[in-house]
Amino acid sequence: MDYEYLKEKSKFVRVETLKIHQRVAETRVASSLSPIEIVVSLYYGGIIKFDPKDRFSDSRDRFIISKGHGSICMYPLLADLGFFDVSELENACKKGSFLGGIPDPVIPGYETVNGSLGHGPGVASGMAVALKSLNKKENVVVLTGDGELNEGSVWEAVMFASHHKLDNLTIIVDNNKTSMLNRSEQIVNLSPLSSRFEAFGWDTFEVQDGHSVQEVHSVLDKRIPERSGKPKVIIVNTVKGKGVPFLEKHHLCHILSVGSESIDEIIKDLE
Amino acid sequence: MNKRAMRDVFLEELYQRMLIDKNIFFVCADFGSPVLDKIQADIPGRFINVGIAEQNLINVSVGMALEGYTVYAYAIAPFITMRCYEQIRVGVSVLSQVRPMNINIIGVGAGVSYTVSGPTHHCLEDLSIMNTLPNIDIFSPSDCSLVKSYFDYTVSFKHPKYIRFDAQPISDIEAEGFSSDGYRVVNEGDGESVLVSTGYMTHTALEIIKKKNVTLVDIYLVNSFDKNSLFQKLSSFNKILVLEEGIANKGGLVSEIHELFQDSEKNPKVKGIGFSKEYHFDVGSRAEVHSCAKIGFDNIIEILSN
Repeated sequence: MDYEYLKEKSKFVRVETLKIHQRVAETRVASSLSPIEIVVSLYYGGIIKFDPKDRFSDSRDRFIISKGHGSICMYPLLADLGFFDVSELENACKKGSFLGGIPDPVIPGYETVNGSLGHGPGVASGMAVALKSLNKKENVVVLTGDGELNEGSVWEAVMFASHHKLDNLTIIVDNNKTSMLNRSEQIVNLSPLSSRFEAFGWDTFEVQDGHSVQEVHSVLDKRIPERSGKPKVIIVNTVKGKGVPFLEKHHLCHILSVGSESIDEIIKDLE
Repeated sequence: MNKRAMRDVFLEELYQRMLIDKNIFFVCADFGSPVLDKIQADIPGRFINVGIAEQNLINVSVGMALEGYTVYAYAIAPFITMRCYEQIRVGVSVLSQVRPMNINIIGVGAGVSYTVSGPTHHCLEDLSIMNTLPNIDIFSPSDCSLVKSYFDYTVSFKHPKYIRFDAQPISDIEAEGFSSDGYRVVNEGDGESVLVSTGYMTHTALEIIKKKNVTLVDIYLVNSFDKNSLFQKLSSFNKILVLEEGIANKGGLVSEIHELFQDSEKNPKVKGIGFSKEYHFDVGSRAEVHSCAKIGFDNIIEILSN
């Protein structure tokens, strides 16, 4: 894999995500900066099968972004890959645009409704059952946040998926360890997270540095296609607000906006 | 007259169809019926019990429906509507507006058909809350013949539906079967009043028309009946009594009938007869619970007489 290429794409997505936030301050930027290396690895690194010209192709892998509000980074990525025109990025949150502050399935490239937390794993489990029943080999991948794991519906799905041996299903946890009002461990501490999934019968893997495309890509690329008879979770340790020092340090970064002039400085530093 | 449980009639039709149609999945939240035992035994690959987990029941069903399966999601009525209301709203109501899906949400135990089980198992709110969700048709049948003739529609109409069944065995009504009009005229009366009812309340209304010769209209597609046709039928009456075994005047059938006339010059008096906004801890027969709630036979006769 050309990791320099993935690094370049990560930088591009991070800069463009910040530019969207610069134009639309209400977009959740901190939680959109933490999963960038994950989605870049999936889409530019050849892990996810997709076809922008046939977005619901039978042969696509199903990717559900359960942490919807924290996925504004998908907008520049999807535009760059041809799901829609790049010029649409300028119109985000403006009248007539399909790019809202929280993404909806009217956006080409999004499978489901994503604004409300805790739904992704269950819907993905249904897809995984269906694909197995149809003898299809495609993968079902869900991106969640670690705070999102507080939702009870997630654990209903976790129990269901292991019982049905859904080894075509992978949950990727964007483990940025920060919820809306505090660090996650101060709210409902789920540590050690991998043990909890293991106890429910899942294969668990961890990525220590979620902003190293080399580490992220190598784990995702190896694990997602595996068929071990168990569903799998890949816990990717990330930093909320990655790339913006002020956000990285702040326990309230989820709800903070970054001033327009500061973004110019941040982008300059990134480049 | 022979009484049958609606769910058993529906599930028997489903069983026969599942034997030949491999595109159908049945998903339940650990809630059974003798017919389900047959489905589980004979078609195990397309029978899924998610356990006592209604949120997951809906989410899994949505995932399967998105992959093209016709899905029947089955549980007790108050739980499959209210326990997982947000899952229905997001995964079914919102998403189906963008991505078509055939998902049939089946709730057993409409109204107070689980009479002695109390407020947790009474289902008085479902018509109101499900009716406020866009993109979901509500089927509220009054007898098994209607259920049987509706079944094919659940397969062919690829759209979300909420199907509410009474929990108790029930007699068939002498009236026509399902049509997309969504209602049927059970009795042509000679007065200026008409009873409009749905579900179990149509059986109460049948008792009423033995005493009072009023027109009786049974509505089974609560929010997708043919509006023009029903308007024509009802607009000749001065007084419309709407009977629903739910909280009345809060978005269910009564509200639908009010809406029918809101832009019309016709101005019949529409009165909703149903439960008031309170729960019922009264233990007793269904008739006794109805009587406590003032929606029993005698109460309706009195209202009609005034």
